Amino acid sequence: MTSTLDDSEKEKARSVSVDLNNDASLLIDIPDALCERDKVKFTVHTKTTLSSFQKPDFSVPRQHEDFIWLHDTLVETEDYAGLIIPPAPPKPDFESPREKMHKLGEGEATMTKEEYTKMKQELEAEYLAVFKKTVQVHEVFLQRLSSHPILSKDRNFQIFLEYDQDLSVRRKNAKETFGSFFKNMVKSADEVIISGIKEVDDFFEQEKTFLLDYSSKIKDSTARAEKMTRSHKNVADDYIHISATLNSLSVDDNTALKKHLEKFADLFEKLRKVEGRVASDEELKLTELLRYYMLDIQAAKDLLYRRARALADYENSNKALDKARLKSKDITQAEEHQQQCLQKFDKLSESGKRELTSFKGRRVVAFRKNLIEMAELEIKHAKNNMALLQGCIELLKSN
Amino acid sequence: MAAEMEPPPLGDAGQTDFREIEDGEGFFVSTVTTIESPEPSSPDPPSMPAEGISTNGPKQEDISLDDDPEDLFAEATEEVSLDSPEREPILSDGPSPAITPVTPTAMLTPRMGLGTAEMFERALDEIEEDDSGDTFDMHIAVSDPEKVGDGMNAYMGYKVTTKTSMTIFSKNETTVRRRFSDFLGLHSKLASKYLHIGYIVPPAPEKSIVGMTKVKVGKEDLSSAEFVEKRRSALERYLMRTVKHPILLKDPDVMMFLESSELPRAVSTQALSGAGILRMVNKAADAVNKMTIKMNESDAWFEEKHQQFENLDLQLRKLHASVECLVCHRKELSVNTASFAKSAAMLGNSEDHTALSRALSQLAEVEEKIDQLHQDQAYADFYLFSELLGDYVRLITAVKGVFDHRMKTWSKWQDTQLLLQKKREAESKLQFANKPDKLQQAQDEIKELEGKVQQGEKDFELISKTIRKEVSRFEKERVKDFKVVIIQYLESLVQTQQQLIKYWEAFLPEAKAIA
Repeated sequence: MTSTLDDSEKEKARSVSVDLNNDASLLIDIPDALCERDKVKFTVHTKTTLSSFQKPDFSVPRQHEDFIWLHDTLVETEDYAGLIIPPAPPKPDFESPREKMHKLGEGEATMTKEEYTKMKQELEAEYLAVFKKTVQVHEVFLQRLSSHPILSKDRNFQIFLEYDQDLSVRRKNAKETFGSFFKNMVKSADEVIISGIKEVDDFFEQEKTFLLDYSSKIKDSTARAEKMTRSHKNVADDYIHISATLNSLSVDDNTALKKHLEKFADLFEKLRKVEGRVASDEELKLTELLRYYMLDIQAAKDLLYRRARALADYENSNKALDKARLKSKDITQAEEHQQQCLQKFDKLSESGKRELTSFKGRRVVAFRKNLIEMAELEIKHAKNNMALLQGCIELLKSN
Repeated sequence: MAAEMEPPPLGDAGQTDFREIEDGEGFFVSTVTTIESPEPSSPDPPSMPAEGISTNGPKQEDISLDDDPEDLFAEATEEVSLDSPEREPILSDGPSPAITPVTPTAMLTPRMGLGTAEMFERALDEIEEDDSGDTFDMHIAVSDPEKVGDGMNAYMGYKVTTKTSMTIFSKNETTVRRRFSDFLGLHSKLASKYLHIGYIVPPAPEKSIVGMTKVKVGKEDLSSAEFVEKRRSALERYLMRTVKHPILLKDPDVMMFLESSELPRAVSTQALSGAGILRMVNKAADAVNKMTIKMNESDAWFEEKHQQFENLDLQLRKLHASVECLVCHRKELSVNTASFAKSAAMLGNSEDHTALSRALSQLAEVEEKIDQLHQDQAYADFYLFSELLGDYVRLITAVKGVFDHRMKTWSKWQDTQLLLQKKREAESKLQFANKPDKLQQAQDEIKELEGKVQQGEKDFELISKTIRKEVSRFEKERVKDFKVVIIQYLESLVQTQQQLIKYWEAFLPEAKAIA
């Protein structure tokens, strides 16, 4: 299935992060994507005025793995150690709608044709929603890179955007995969390190405490928000079955109840559409918001780890220098090394501070926007529901 | 006198009329007295027609196809003038014509002359029109569940309060304490008296071994409290449905149940009692018989209705299942919302940006209120919608049972006819056998069987007529019940949405205040 997102939808979709894709010198979007079995092929479209690119307007096909490669190479680039690298987009996950579609197929015999059609439509809509979501997160990832003053200039980023052949040659081979796995292990050891290290800077001390705590809380919230929105969807789906059976009852009925049942069935059908919207809006504005920032917070934590490691390195170099001085051997070497470490650490601290401050600002703005939008949508849908319900009640009472 | 009725004052006036006529009407009193005799007055106990019914309710027995046309006529007149408020209107079917030939056989015609029958039916219809505005003045409440005793012998006692202005009850307000088996006992009695002659006796709430064991064992948790509430509500609905039935209301067992302070313990309702086992055996036998009876349905009405109820049964069960699913999912939603609310509160606490922290805490509060809303809505989903459907699924089982009894009645009649035929053949053979004793015996037997055949036919017509009325009453009740509940349920949904609007509108400025 292909999907072309129009601008208004994209605008809505992009609500999780703000202030992206404003710089005309480098505009990136994913105008369409193709879904083949398990693989999604994204069309990455770039419009640029920068001379570093060969053409001003071009598109390339990319797979999810290409995005992961790009993310990982950025993380591994030393120069970017002081930056918050935008989190990698999550893998496209069609498991849930696919499973539901399978169950639906099994239960087909127990439903009326109409009911089955409606359920199928719902599932197709869900499938489409997952699809749109995955396109959106991949797009946002690229747009965060393009709007970052430093990362937008990255050579690998340019290759990603421009290289018109299959990127798989440049992607992880087995060794690298193993390497990154090892790196992840080291990272968890890092968490111990950064909690253990004595922080000299108040700012970073605060950030560390905050991020460690917040990270686990937001992870928890994301999971629970997801459960909540899924329950909401289940309720909306139940309305479909109820509406269909009420319809059958009304068709067979030849008492004064016929009209009542008909209107009642009709009402449930309308209500379930609204409930479905409530569920999906909640998911987009709340669950997805939380999920996105959960990943972002992880990226911020990574920055802290890197800085902590740099600090550890610096402290080690200090010890080495003292030892060298004692032994009166390789002092210059040790001094140079120590200077390097100090520079690296200072650079990280400086850029880290900048990044973390802007991150907080970004986060607060995004939360504000999404919470306001969610509340407004909840009100809108509830008012809609009420109008439907009251209309039906009046109709039934006057009968 | 207009049938408009409001509690106490007017009602009383209505009552008086009723009583006067009862006393004054010679015919009527006589009919009553003759029928006071104990039940098996006819040779065949199961096929108890008018006699059995009348013992329990004075008039109303327009269906008694007695030999005395005058009585019937008198009854008809009575009904016209009475306009008693508590008479439950028995409407004829909506679409079918007001005068429906009761049975295909010419039973009525030779007895009373077609004119009488038609007048009778017409009179009934008129009354039905008049009575449709009447209110039924009785309210029963089942409340105050209290555990009595300890351990496995413990049981739940319920308070049954009856409030009425009807004079057939000795007091305006009566309160008694009953236990679940008492309700089952009442139903069992009513079923044995009325089901086989075509009355739709409302089924009692179902037993639940698991539920009751939890209560007995003393588990004071949410699920056993819910179970008790579910049962209490079901018992209340059961009693209300029973008394709404004009015949059952007048049954002395019902009155005794509602009024006497002590009731003999209904042991036969226990599943493993002798009576219980007998019930199971009978049920099995019935099922087998049903398969073997092939009835020549000459009345299209019954064929149609039977099919209709089969369809209705199917659809209602399906709907019931879907609504139960909804209740379950809504409860889940409530739980998940509460869980999210807690995590949002923790997140708000952890958040270091002051305004955002505050907003997140407010979000947590809103979600907590919303989880309560979902819980309340699930409650409404269940008690208004789901339980109504469950009740009707059970009621339709009773309706189908009544149709089955009609088939059995027909079958019995046919069997008797076949037997008569055989005896007649045997008798004609004996004519040439020169055995005067045997011949006399055969002739006696034939006479007896002829009587039985007539009775069988009467029984069949009676039950058919009763069922027609019952079904039409049932349908009317069904329409009323559903109409009322649908609106109540929709109003519960409206309330939920109203609250949602309130909560989110209160939250919105908090979100906007994030700076």
